[in-house]
Amino acid sequence: MKRLRTFGAFLYDFVVGDDWRIAVAVVAALAITVGVARTAIPAWWVVPAAVLLILPVSLVIAVRRR
Amino acid sequence: MTGGALFAAVFLACVVEGVEALTIVLAVGTTRDWRSAGLGVGSALVALAVIVAALGPALTLLPLDALRLVVGGLLLIFGLQWLRKAILRASGHKALHDEDAIFRTQRTAAESATATSRGMVPDWYAYVVSFKGVLLEGLEVAFIVLTFGANQHAIGLATIAAAAAIVLVVAVGFAVRAPLARVPENTLKFVVGIMLTAFGTFWGAEGAGANWPGSDAALLVLAPVVAVIALSLVALLRSRTFSAVEVKS
Repeated sequence: MKRLRTFGAFLYDFVVGDDWRIAVAVVAALAITVGVARTAIPAWWVVPAAVLLILPVSLVIAVRRR
Repeated sequence: MTGGALFAAVFLACVVEGVEALTIVLAVGTTRDWRSAGLGVGSALVALAVIVAALGPALTLLPLDALRLVVGGLLLIFGLQWLRKAILRASGHKALHDEDAIFRTQRTAAESATATSRGMVPDWYAYVVSFKGVLLEGLEVAFIVLTFGANQHAIGLATIAAAAAIVLVVAVGFAVRAPLARVPENTLKFVVGIMLTAFGTFWGAEGAGANWPGSDAALLVLAPVVAVIALSLVALLRSRTFSAVEVKS
C-alpha cells in the first residue's frame, strides 16, 4: 500500500508537476477544442489562447508565494 | 515537422537530463565506488530500454488522432512546467540550476553514508543512488523519445538523437571527470521548454480535431511565438524583481 502511494505521488509529480493549474488548463483547453472542432468555427486558437492565459497566471502565483 | 527539428528537440532535452544524471553518478563514483555506481547506471539503462521497447510499439498502434490528443496534452503540460521553471530562473525568482553545488551536496551525503555490500554489488549506497539518479532523469528522456517518436512514427530517429546526446555527455563527463557546470543548462532548459510547449500545442490541438492554418508550417510560427511570449514574461518578471529590491533597499 505504501509503495502504491509512493508510486502515485511520483506519477503525480512527474505528470502534473509543480502547478496543478497548468494540467487542469491544458485538459480544459483540449476538451473545449474537441467541442469547437465539431462546429463550423475554427478550433486551432483555443489551445494557444489557454497557453497565453495559464503561463502568466501560474508565474504570478509562483512569484507572489516567494 | 522535419526530422531535423525532432532530432534537435530530443537531443537538447537529453543533453540536459544527461548532465543532471552524470553529476549524481560522478559524485557517488568519486567518493564511493566506481564499480557499484557503474552497475547502478547499467541497471537503470536496462530498465529504461525495457520501458521504451515495451511502450514504443504499443503507442504506434494507437489511432493517430487519439495518440496526438493524449501525447500532445502530456507534452504541453510537461513543456509548460519546464518553461515555467526556466522563466522563474531566468528572471531571478528561482535559484539557477548549479551542477557544482549539486555535486558538492551529493558528495557530502555520499561521504557520510555507511557501506554495505549486497550480492555482486560492493557498495549498495553507490548502486542505489546511481540507479535512481539515472532512472529518474532517464524517464523524462524516455517520455520525450516516446512522445516525439510515436507522433512522427520516428521512434528510431528519436532514439538515435537521445543516444547521441547521452554518448556525448558521458564522453565529455568522463574526459573532464567533473560535473559539466559549463554546459549552459538553464538556457538549454529554456529552449527545450519552448520546443515542448510548441509541439504540445500543435499536436494536442490537432488530436482534438483542430485544423491548423498552413498545416505543419504552423509549427514554424508557434515556436517563435512561444519564445517571444516566454522572453517577454522574463523581462516583465525581472522588472518586478528589480522594483521589489529597490523598494526593500
